[in-house]
Amino acid sequence: MNGMLGLIVSIAQTHIRSRLRQTLVGVMGVAIGVGFSVMMAALMEGSQNDFITQLVDSLPHISVTDERREPPRQPADMVYDATEIHGLTTLQLRPGIKNPFAIMAALEGWLPGAVAPSVQSKAVIRFAGRDTAASVVGIDPKREPNVSKLSTQIRFGTLDSLYKTSNAIILGDGLAKKVGARIGNSVVVTAGTGRTISANVVAFSHAGVTQIDDTQAYVLIKTAQILAGQTGLVNELRVKTRDVMQARAVAARIEAETGYKATSWQEAHEDLLSAFQIRNFIMYTVVSAILMVASFGTYNIISTITHEKTRDIAILKSLGFPSHVVRRIFVLESMMIGVMGLLLGWMFGYLMTFAMTLIEFKSPFMDATHLPVLYSPRHYAIAGLVALSASVIAGYFPARKAAAVQPVDIIRGAS
Amino acid sequence: MSASPLIEARGVTRILGGEVPATLIAGVDMAVAPGEFLAITGPSGSGKSSLLYMLGLLDVPTSGEVLINGRPTAKLDETARARLRLETLGFVFQFHFLLPEFTALENVMLPMRALARLPADKIAPRAKEILDSLGLADHAHKRPDQMSGGQRQRVAIARALSNDPLVILADEPTGNLDTASTKQVLDILRTMIAGAAGKSVVVVTHDLGLAAQADRRINIVDGRISAP
Repeated sequence: MNGMLGLIVSIAQTHIRSRLRQTLVGVMGVAIGVGFSVMMAALMEGSQNDFITQLVDSLPHISVTDERREPPRQPADMVYDATEIHGLTTLQLRPGIKNPFAIMAALEGWLPGAVAPSVQSKAVIRFAGRDTAASVVGIDPKREPNVSKLSTQIRFGTLDSLYKTSNAIILGDGLAKKVGARIGNSVVVTAGTGRTISANVVAFSHAGVTQIDDTQAYVLIKTAQILAGQTGLVNELRVKTRDVMQARAVAARIEAETGYKATSWQEAHEDLLSAFQIRNFIMYTVVSAILMVASFGTYNIISTITHEKTRDIAILKSLGFPSHVVRRIFVLESMMIGVMGLLLGWMFGYLMTFAMTLIEFKSPFMDATHLPVLYSPRHYAIAGLVALSASVIAGYFPARKAAAVQPVDIIRGAS
Repeated sequence: MSASPLIEARGVTRILGGEVPATLIAGVDMAVAPGEFLAITGPSGSGKSSLLYMLGLLDVPTSGEVLINGRPTAKLDETARARLRLETLGFVFQFHFLLPEFTALENVMLPMRALARLPADKIAPRAKEILDSLGLADHAHKRPDQMSGGQRQRVAIARALSNDPLVILADEPTGNLDTASTKQVLDILRTMIAGAAGKSVVVVTHDLGLAAQADRRINIVDGRISAP
């Protein structure tokens, strides 16, 4: 480093060193601001990602159901402007997806992922005098591992256990607990249609999300069709996309091609994702506020230094230092405090984030776990950028005032 | 003197604004010739320091003009004036005005580093050389608070000399010094004129003894040049 820049750095360093205590206070202010910002961002985004991951992994990325966004028009509506039809009876059976295997074959031709059929039905599960409502899902154990993590969530068995006996059932462990059923027990499943079967509990599933574990039960598609009283019924195609964020676009295409309602996980949890957006907005507002408060400390220090150094500024200007050089000296001092605080804050933030991962966190909705965090360079970059910008702004105003000092006023006063 | 002046004031007037405007300098014409030792004397508040500040481009005349080495300065912006000051003028004030956190050597190096006329590796040796010539070889690495008043003022002179200026402007340079230090400072100023061709010294002083040693003396009373 040479010339004027080297000189500016050298003067700025000297000022900073000569006000060591004040400098340390300023540096700590920025460091604490940056550290807490990094930790908060890591916690907030970590917990958000963890929640979304659990949610997404527990459910298919896209659910294609036997519904349509708009009810199909009646033939009479197509002929007449207004029609009134009497004597219609409501269809008691679910329509199901027509030609589900042909649709699956067509989807497998272009889909960036996998697809599996399922039959969804509501039922009451009864055991030993206790009963509870449940959502019974008919699955294909061969295809299901391609579209969900269900196979990894099975306890005391595998998905293939469904083939062990006729009418085998896998209960969510929360559901099993509710009715008191254990492996090998025979439970009574009564579907909404009134059909009842006796099913053998062959395994438990554990997704880690209470809402799922307390209500879901899995049977073979064939068993679910028996419960529904409809042979060949498939009322849901479960799709998993390779890139989870592609689900919305893929769902739109499936819907356009098949005419059936395809709901992506984003659409299904729109309210939750909106809540996350609001949460992130609040988080970044708080983080910015923390860093702004830290920058007031820097402003205070630079103001004090420029006030104390008025005579030195006059000397420098009398020697021939132009105003912009004087301004740069003090802005640089502010930046030095910012950079030191930033580096320390990054370390501080990393250590605090790490410390947070050691804390066990218990949620009523999920398994006990360590606090999920996300180590993202983006958090460090944002905190750094805000802290550095705040430091430069905090230093600029006193620096501008310092640069406006008229040396002759100070020298005349001193004389 | 026949050579063109290093500093020239043409009808320089300085009026301080405010509710009651005060005239510090009124229509002063003067010139500083190369190699000249000029003393500006006058009673307190007469405007002699104000005149020096304008000759040194630290202040701007309300009317009139100051020329440095024949160059008009009225239309120069703040940066150009600062540059001209750095290149051609050296200041010594009544108070040493050294930067307290810097050593004597660093203080002397400051204007040299700002001007960068010398290569970076030649600046420190040259600054040491100047300090040596003023008898401060052993004090180069001391900070101002570790030196006596006379030593500090000699460091201030060394700093003023660092960029080899055409003119040294000194405002009561011995005002705060004891007799021995005053003599040392005077000897140094005298040596500068004798040793360096074309270098001039302008001293503002109350000290008639110091003024008596100058080649020429200008007396200022109420902002105007008057007979001594």
